[in-house]
Amino acid sequence: METKSIMIVGVGGQGTLLASRILGAALVSNGFDVKVSEVHGMSQRGGSVVTYVKYGSKVNSPIVNEGEADLILAFEQLEAARWLPYLKKDGTLIINTQKIDPMSVIIGNSVYPDGVLEAINKAGAKTTSLDALSLAVSAGSAKAVNVVLIGVMASHMDLDREVWIDALKSTVPEKFLEMNLKAFDLGYNYNK
Amino acid sequence: MNKKLLIGNEAVARGLYEGGLRVASSYPGTPSTEITECIAKYDDVYSEWAPNEKVAMEVAVGSSIAGARSFCGMKHVGLNVAADPLFTASYTGVNAGMVIAVADDPGMHSSQNEQDSRHYAKAAKIMMLEPSDSEECLEYAKAAYELSEKFDTPVILRLTTRVAHSRSIVNIGERNDIGVKEYVKNPGKYVMMPAMAKKRHVVVEDRMVAEREWAETTSINTVEYNDKKIGVISSGICYQYAKDALGDRVSYLKLGCVNPLPIELIKNFAANCDKVYVLEELDPFIEEHCKQLGIDVIGKDAFTLQGEYSQNLIAKVIFGETKPTMKADIDIPARPPVLCAGCPHRGLYYALKKLKLTVSGDIGCYTLGALPPIGMMDTCVCMGASVSALHGRNKADESNCKNSVAVIGDSTFIHSGITGLIDIAYNQSNSTVIILDNSITGMTGHQDNPTTGKTIKGDPTTAVSLELLAKAVGIDRVRVVDPYNLKECEDVIREEVAADEPSVVISRRPCALLKYVKHNPPLKINKDKCVGCKMCMKIGCPAISIKDGKSEIDFTQCVGCNVCSQLCKFDAIEEGK
Repeated sequence: METKSIMIVGVGGQGTLLASRILGAALVSNGFDVKVSEVHGMSQRGGSVVTYVKYGSKVNSPIVNEGEADLILAFEQLEAARWLPYLKKDGTLIINTQKIDPMSVIIGNSVYPDGVLEAINKAGAKTTSLDALSLAVSAGSAKAVNVVLIGVMASHMDLDREVWIDALKSTVPEKFLEMNLKAFDLGYNYNK
Repeated sequence: MNKKLLIGNEAVARGLYEGGLRVASSYPGTPSTEITECIAKYDDVYSEWAPNEKVAMEVAVGSSIAGARSFCGMKHVGLNVAADPLFTASYTGVNAGMVIAVADDPGMHSSQNEQDSRHYAKAAKIMMLEPSDSEECLEYAKAAYELSEKFDTPVILRLTTRVAHSRSIVNIGERNDIGVKEYVKNPGKYVMMPAMAKKRHVVVEDRMVAEREWAETTSINTVEYNDKKIGVISSGICYQYAKDALGDRVSYLKLGCVNPLPIELIKNFAANCDKVYVLEELDPFIEEHCKQLGIDVIGKDAFTLQGEYSQNLIAKVIFGETKPTMKADIDIPARPPVLCAGCPHRGLYYALKKLKLTVSGDIGCYTLGALPPIGMMDTCVCMGASVSALHGRNKADESNCKNSVAVIGDSTFIHSGITGLIDIAYNQSNSTVIILDNSITGMTGHQDNPTTGKTIKGDPTTAVSLELLAKAVGIDRVRVVDPYNLKECEDVIREEVAADEPSVVISRRPCALLKYVKHNPPLKINKDKCVGCKMCMKIGCPAISIKDGKSEIDFTQCVGCNVCSQLCKFDAIEEGK
């Protein structure tokens, strides 16, 4: 099959790396060739972060370029807008509506733009936006926001729910499993 | 077969392990760090964090000569530090195999320059292999030990960020532990003084001829003929980009060995294709080799010396293809990384700012203090340069002693700051050096170092005392401050900068992200008292923002360090519960 490209974008510290690992594990167990690209080091500290995940029968480049992503999972509104040029014309953009101010906004050197979601829609992107933070809190922890978002992403993909559950089981600690399963289903059933 | 999804660095570690690695010594540096972190998980391999890359490489040299297969890993700029042993280890060659990994950072995701390490391989006359994904990382690392012993040379594995930090599927194999080979005294090979080295240089040149012959036929260099109108010569990640961009519309020569480069293989490939492109990031290393052979290739004239290549760039240059994109019609503020909430460097920087000092900076998390709103760094060149450059600054104009300081982290100080401090003491400049001791190597993701009292495996060990070390080299004035205490920092630094002799100030507080560090409950703003003066915003804490004209503290980020509350003139920042 043709290679599919997914991007997970957000702010360092939001749990995007774990999300990409769960996605990677799910895809490998489904028999795909998979490549995942992460950037470690400086960009983890409150900066804009991006992880690329590609899968298919044979994946070459681990990197997704502009106009190539079939799906972008954005953990934050501004980051959704920043990485929008990477989305394919008919790709899907899932947006957590959470807003996190960059330092330049905090110190008043720039402003967090109004109408981010409207601007993204106006550009022609196919989007699903949701308040994943609230869903995570209702599942038991604000930290499960990444798992809620994985649930939403899963509902847009062709893998069986069981594959995702197994990937979750192999990635999250036992004592948080129940809460994370709940978070996953809140995301998975969001569009249904 | 046991398949795993590993990042390139993990795969290198696995390949070294399977290849019989016994002794590993490295200094952390993005994007190379995880290789040695992963090696540390193997109980049957000795591993360590060395004080710097030069020491690490010398440990690997010593181990190899003693008969144990060895390894050292570093980022590109680390190879500058280790260049001295590198050039002569080329002459001594090995007993047991020796592998060096160097990770370049095109695009500078986490580095201060974009140097191309392939030049080192050529200059030092050392074989260099370049994998393009995790599977090759494992295979090449494993093969490197055989090649090292076959040709009696250290072998360099060159990675770039996208290979080092990308996950792909690898096949896990068995470990081939050859044990420790016999050491035979051989001064003609291992004592490099002129009479012996002259003979060894002949051996080195003969070896390069033999390696080049090998490079002509080895399966590590591969040719794939498709349409022959266009041929592409590439290596590493650029090969993967090319496959995505060009598919089977072109023919490929993929070079797994980038030093020495083959001659006949390249000539034959070029002769079979109408037009040949060389795809390589950074410098025209392969391109210049081709041009030297009189082969007409297209390289940097059509591409770029800066940053990373991509499949889009390659498709655009070679076939003029572009993809449609969408763009949101809004101004998107940049989001650079910041010092974390509760970072101990923040309080210290605030004191420097209040004292309006010129700051000679260094490499670490604290380099982020150069950015607004802190903006308290004047220079940053390389590891250790803060200390020696401050000495130079103060020798250039003695009055600088009263308005300048150096800042350097604990790990960086051990790496190469200590030699600069010896210069300050020996050659007497009234310099003030501030060691930002956060009890860990922070930037690269929390590695232990000689000051932390723990080894790479977490076992207790002796810890360097920074106070005693400074005193031992001849610095009499050594003070310790708590960077969470703004007044203490300001008072002590003012006194030490004014003093008529060199001094060291140790700003000591563990990194707020360390697991053993206990956090206070998040602070709260008393909205009745807050007048919205924004005084607390001056320290650039990501947990503080202004909402509706008053300060607000993000409870998910605040660790209760109380640096902001010391700035509030209205007692509006209160302890949390």
